Amino acid sequence: MKKEFKVIADLLPNNTRVLDVGCGDGALMGFLVKEKNIEVRGLELNQDNVQECIYKGLPVIQGNAETELYQFPKQSFDYVVLSQTLQAFYQPDKVLRELLRIGKSVVVSIPNFGYWKVRTSLLLFGKMPITKTLPNTWFNTPNLHMCTIKDLFNYCESQNIAIKKVIGVNEDKISLIKKSNLEMKNLFSKLGVFLIG
Amino acid sequence: MPSLAGLFFWMNKKTENINKITVTKPLKLDCGKTIKDFPLAYETYGKFNKNKDNAILVFHALTGDQFVAGTNPVTKKEGWWVSAVGPGKAIDTDKYFVICANVIGGCMGSWGPSDLNKDTNHPYGLDFPVITIKDIVRAQESLLDHLGIEKLLCATGGSMGGMQLLQFCATFPNKTFSAIPIACSASHSAQNIALNELARQAIMADPVWDKGKYFLKNTQPKNGLSVARMVGHISYLSEQGMQEKFGRKLQEKADYEFSFNADFQVESYLRHQGSSFVERFDANSILYITRAMDYFDLTKQFKGGLTEAFKNQKTKFLVISFSSDWLYTTKENKDIVIALNSSGADVSYSEIVTDKGHDSFLVNEPEFLKTLKGFLDSMYEKFKR
Repeated sequence: MKKEFKVIADLLPNNTRVLDVGCGDGALMGFLVKEKNIEVRGLELNQDNVQECIYKGLPVIQGNAETELYQFPKQSFDYVVLSQTLQAFYQPDKVLRELLRIGKSVVVSIPNFGYWKVRTSLLLFGKMPITKTLPNTWFNTPNLHMCTIKDLFNYCESQNIAIKKVIGVNEDKISLIKKSNLEMKNLFSKLGVFLIG
Repeated sequence: MPSLAGLFFWMNKKTENINKITVTKPLKLDCGKTIKDFPLAYETYGKFNKNKDNAILVFHALTGDQFVAGTNPVTKKEGWWVSAVGPGKAIDTDKYFVICANVIGGCMGSWGPSDLNKDTNHPYGLDFPVITIKDIVRAQESLLDHLGIEKLLCATGGSMGGMQLLQFCATFPNKTFSAIPIACSASHSAQNIALNELARQAIMADPVWDKGKYFLKNTQPKNGLSVARMVGHISYLSEQGMQEKFGRKLQEKADYEFSFNADFQVESYLRHQGSSFVERFDANSILYITRAMDYFDLTKQFKGGLTEAFKNQKTKFLVISFSSDWLYTTKENKDIVIALNSSGADVSYSEIVTDKGHDSFLVNEPEFLKTLKGFLDSMYEKFKR
């Protein structure tokens, strides 16, 4: 399982109820069920992925997170997880509010547009960055609203959303991000994992 | 006294070999009447295993019957769900024990309007009580006892079968480990009531129907029943599917005949569907079963709404809809998912993209069959003792 999922899994206590929004083929959900006795539900758009989850016996609802989160009742999950998808929504702020309505806490991870390689690509070469976490070219990227760890951090503060923990991920290395080291971590983390709400 | 019920041509085809139980437990119908000692016909496929953990109950749709797989011994045609049920199929009868009962109100051996009314010595006709989906489902409970099934691995059904399944889960919570409602609704829509009314009016407009007393003349309102079936068939296909299958193709002719014969293939198809249907189905049964569908409204039944209907469910659900189904739309199926979600139930949902319309669950639709098999097999792994 990829490092990001391990970081997310570590944030989720055993025996809780978790909704995985954009759960893909159920890799994270499967781990959570097996290792942490977590009661999972998934929401996924892609039919092949939905089928894969069903084969694995993981409960999944086929649907679009942008428009269909309304079906989940208020505070019906202990945690809602959204992995590297926030930037792909038309209205990420609206989706975030929905996640906070459904979950008592929310774990959201983002590819960090403030990572130094991303910055230098644009600064030195004048080209939209292509990296491991941002593999697509400008014309076919699903990412509509790229942001940095600092952006999301500031957004949460401005909206009075409690920031419980922020973790920076760079390959196998992880580090705790606080307001005091935000500038540095924003430069050297490929991914940011936020526990909020 | 000779049995007048035996007069019917379609009834003469029935053999005594159909499996039946007599339900002795009194059943109070929603209309207020209490019935008992009524026949319930059923069929099983595969073997109930030693651990008693492989039973699957199938609910049939409006014009279906208990003969799910193999060859229907009465009509000599293929079972209505051979695409999904049989050895090696998605619902594998080498592995699972599949049960299906004929609904009451039907005409394949269960208690219905063509049965003899002992009070009049005639078939019931319109003296048959108006039944509901709930009555239909409750009538089937004794069958599980009869077969020694405490808990089902799975229950499933499409269309009206799905409606029975939702009612089954609401009325007998946790009687099944998992449930797969397919292309159905928790309350029959205005459009569907309208289409059913069209079917009923077609039957009633046929003079042969004679207020349901056609049995006295040993016949059946073939024209009306045939039109009713045509309406159904149109609603089971999608616009795109129909266009692709028939287009404007002519039926074995080079040009228009300038008559009202079946020039177009689609006309010929509908006429064939209509005329073959009257050979196997009783007109009064269509009236009663469509009425039961129209009255179906789980939201009304559970005053707190649909969420209340599924309260405290431990059953694991998989709801399936088809993108081109305009009879039981994706929206209606999603409403079921939303209600299940609100009640905290374990629910999965998949919309199969296809142009085969409502009929998708009955035909060979690979994505659907794969999903069905995947879910069922994963449920068996969890349930098996």
